[in-house]
Amino acid sequence: MPKDFEAKTSGIGAPMKRREDIRFLTGRGVYTDDLKIAGQTYAVFVRSQVAHGRIKAINTEAAAAMPGVLAIFTGEDFKDVGGNPAGWLIKSRNGEPMREPKRPVLAHGKVRHVGDAYAAIVAETYEQGRAAAQQLADDTDIEELPAIIDMKAAAADASNRVHDEIPDNLCYDWGWIEDNRAKVEEVFAKAPHVTTLELVNNRLVPNAMEPRASIGEYFPGTGDYKLTTTSQNPHLTRLLVAAFVLGIPENKLTVVAPDVGGGFGSKIYHYGEEALVLAAAKKLGRPVRWTAERSESFLSDAHGRDHVTKIELACEKDGTFLAFRTETYANVGAYLSNFATVTPTFLHGTLMAGPYKVPHVYVNVKTVFTNTAPVDAYRGAGRPEATFSLERVVDQMCRELGLDPFEVRRKNFITPDMFPYTTPVGLAYDTGNYQATLDKVIEIADVAGFEARRQASAKKGKLRGLGLSTWIEACGIAPSHLVGILGARVGLYDAATVRVNATGNISIMVGAHSHGQGHETVFAQIAAEKLGVPESSIEIVHGDTSKIPFGMGSYGSRSLAVCGVAMTKAIDKIVAKGKKIAAHMLEASEADITFEAGKFQVAGTDKAKTFGEIAFSAYVPHNYPLETLEPGLEETAFYDPANFTYPAGAYLCEAEVDPDTGKVTIEAFHCADDFGNVMNPMIVEGQVHGGVGQGIGQALLESTTYDETGQLLTGSYMDYAMPRASDVPFYNVDYSCQTPCTHNPLGVKGCGEAGAIGSPPAVVNAVIDALHRGGITHVKHIDMPVSPQRVWAAIQG
Amino acid sequence: MKVSLTVNGKPMSGEVEGRTLLSTFLRETLSLTGTHIGCDTSQCGACTVHVDGKQVKSCTIFAADVAGAQVTTIEGMANADGTLGRVQQAFQDHHGLQCGFCTPGMVMASAALLAVNPKPTEAEVRHHLEGNICRCTGYHNIVKAVMAASGQDVSMAAE
Repeated sequence: MPKDFEAKTSGIGAPMKRREDIRFLTGRGVYTDDLKIAGQTYAVFVRSQVAHGRIKAINTEAAAAMPGVLAIFTGEDFKDVGGNPAGWLIKSRNGEPMREPKRPVLAHGKVRHVGDAYAAIVAETYEQGRAAAQQLADDTDIEELPAIIDMKAAAADASNRVHDEIPDNLCYDWGWIEDNRAKVEEVFAKAPHVTTLELVNNRLVPNAMEPRASIGEYFPGTGDYKLTTTSQNPHLTRLLVAAFVLGIPENKLTVVAPDVGGGFGSKIYHYGEEALVLAAAKKLGRPVRWTAERSESFLSDAHGRDHVTKIELACEKDGTFLAFRTETYANVGAYLSNFATVTPTFLHGTLMAGPYKVPHVYVNVKTVFTNTAPVDAYRGAGRPEATFSLERVVDQMCRELGLDPFEVRRKNFITPDMFPYTTPVGLAYDTGNYQATLDKVIEIADVAGFEARRQASAKKGKLRGLGLSTWIEACGIAPSHLVGILGARVGLYDAATVRVNATGNISIMVGAHSHGQGHETVFAQIAAEKLGVPESSIEIVHGDTSKIPFGMGSYGSRSLAVCGVAMTKAIDKIVAKGKKIAAHMLEASEADITFEAGKFQVAGTDKAKTFGEIAFSAYVPHNYPLETLEPGLEETAFYDPANFTYPAGAYLCEAEVDPDTGKVTIEAFHCADDFGNVMNPMIVEGQVHGGVGQGIGQALLESTTYDETGQLLTGSYMDYAMPRASDVPFYNVDYSCQTPCTHNPLGVKGCGEAGAIGSPPAVVNAVIDALHRGGITHVKHIDMPVSPQRVWAAIQG
Repeated sequence: MKVSLTVNGKPMSGEVEGRTLLSTFLRETLSLTGTHIGCDTSQCGACTVHVDGKQVKSCTIFAADVAGAQVTTIEGMANADGTLGRVQQAFQDHHGLQCGFCTPGMVMASAALLAVNPKPTEAEVRHHLEGNICRCTGYHNIVKAVMAASGQDVSMAAE
């Protein structure tokens, strides 16, 4: 940590230890599955064992008669309620709206992927539920249909359909920007050099360590429902399950997301299990709980990535970029999860200019239904896919033309004097300094000493390589009016309420949700600095729709850049009202009142009131301007950003390849990031570490593999290679290059996804570089995960 | 059947079936929900506890098999005065946790390592924690915390 960050002990920029750690470290966190509710019952889902099939009959009689069984639900019970909707309506190149099949609470008529739940048992005990679920599975007649697994084949074969009403299994065929297509073709036709790469962005299972869990309750006395669930955005879940699926009035449903054990995107979405436990709770008049087993998580959580892309780069012989063109197939799985349609489009195609002043870009994405688990946003969401394609093809071009990958990137960077900069794919970057982060990573990685390290590796018979990735992303997705034009069905603001209590301590209710990010600490740091009070007097409240204002939760690195700003705006209102109260109490003009370090003061005098005195007066308004000012000191602000934020950075991976076994070892990983202003450097570092860890997992280890019949071959931790402590190095993280965001008052950009976005291409570039430096020059590309088997096979040619 | 044992220094007992796992017994019967269950194949390590001083994944052992044993869970790792114990404090000091779900298992596994290897190398820490999966931290600050808890200089862990 740089020294100037270490120096501060409180407020903005201090590496404060996390207050939430105390409960997590002592076993006193309260996650959904930790709750016990009197009278609780257990839901067990009956899931399809085939990837594609027609449900002929479900005979519930024997299961219903088993001990402890209280109710059985099938798709028939939910056929008349709503479906779980897609959050974005995407239009195809020809102007047609996307195909949007209904996603039911329980599969009805057909099952469409292994793990697709078509029935649920509710029983007195979990074991009784499991036994009855097995019986029901035995008593269900499903006619197996040919599975549609390969996405290119799915789009080519109109005879076999995931959804009977969608003839070509195509959700949409999207062009971005379609009007640029002809011009890009023209540039390619005349380009002095064209580099082409075909890439797979491997499907990943998010694998938050806490499995999904939900508890439904119904209170007949009031007609209220309560859903306790593993969610990154309780208000969004409430809106979806109440208004869209079950038709419960929003104000009769409380959604609580208590401590949540990681999300990474997979807990943004509303899932059918949440609707089931609520409906079952009402029917039975008892609480109904469900916790996923890890095997269920593998089969039914929304997966991530899964693109097949052809990317072309047109350039001058000196490496000056002329155009990028991509054709991508994106696998959306069997149903549309909530953000499934925006992830491969507006979170991917709009980033396809990278940090480069490339004049022409055209992106085509065909999103395809298959008989696999739904695919949606996973840490980075579209941006890792864009970055991987760009950074791989740039390296390949350098190799083809004999150019230096550092210099080629530098030559093509948007320069600091060019901001604000509008890209050919529709984004307006507000600020950045890509040269600075590249210089910084070269410095901290000791690139000058690489050759000596390479020779040392060579003496051991190992090949050492250096892989660069210069990435950019768009965070804090906004503004609402723009995303509305693009097809969003929600707004993308956030909200916070600051309640100053009569005794002067403060409760801040935020729309953002913390599931590992440390909001309870960081939001308090910011508020403490703004109000001039100690952090210990501030409580951050999140995760309960009955307490917090309508915010959109946490994903897309948006918590501080959107909700944090909403909080500062609410604080501004508190200060403004405090000045009015102080002016009255101090018998001064409001314009003469200053607020600094927790004190309202008449400028140029020693007349002052403390923050606590003002708060007390607001609630005990004996000496108070009641004729012009309401009592109380509580303010809410909603904030809808003017633009995305644009974090960027340069990552360098140093990898060693064992040519005899193909095993890749990450020897060093260096990150130079520009996140704008940093609120808590300790937490920012932790976010980068975690993102890079996941990126290395994608690059080297993680593979979600379905066989041709649609069986998930990697459905447990024995088959799916999660990164372990021994798979990764210490990471070298620097965030001293800071160009604060120009359109939010905190100047923050977001840091949650950066590591997962920037790291996979750096790793793969390092492996290819190692092979080439080692004289193995026939290898152009190796698909992720770059496993020993694949590397060894590539070396053998 | 009834099983009696000592948990975090206190005698405890409860009714179990023969098939009841120690992890289930701790969470459901004794309401010690700090021990977490993150998988169904004994891979993730979130349920790690100490049985007679030895590190055990509590989902791999029947409750009935630990009758009479001394079991320590995350709830028993704080100092007598309620402050964080040495390993717990190092995890907080070095930001060795984010969502907190794997944390109880990580702390228990780390404490077990330090009990037998008071000054482990980085490689030894990483090797020892192979049976504990964390999805949040990329392991950097966990490894750093364990080494710091052992009293070693962790400035080599690049910031």
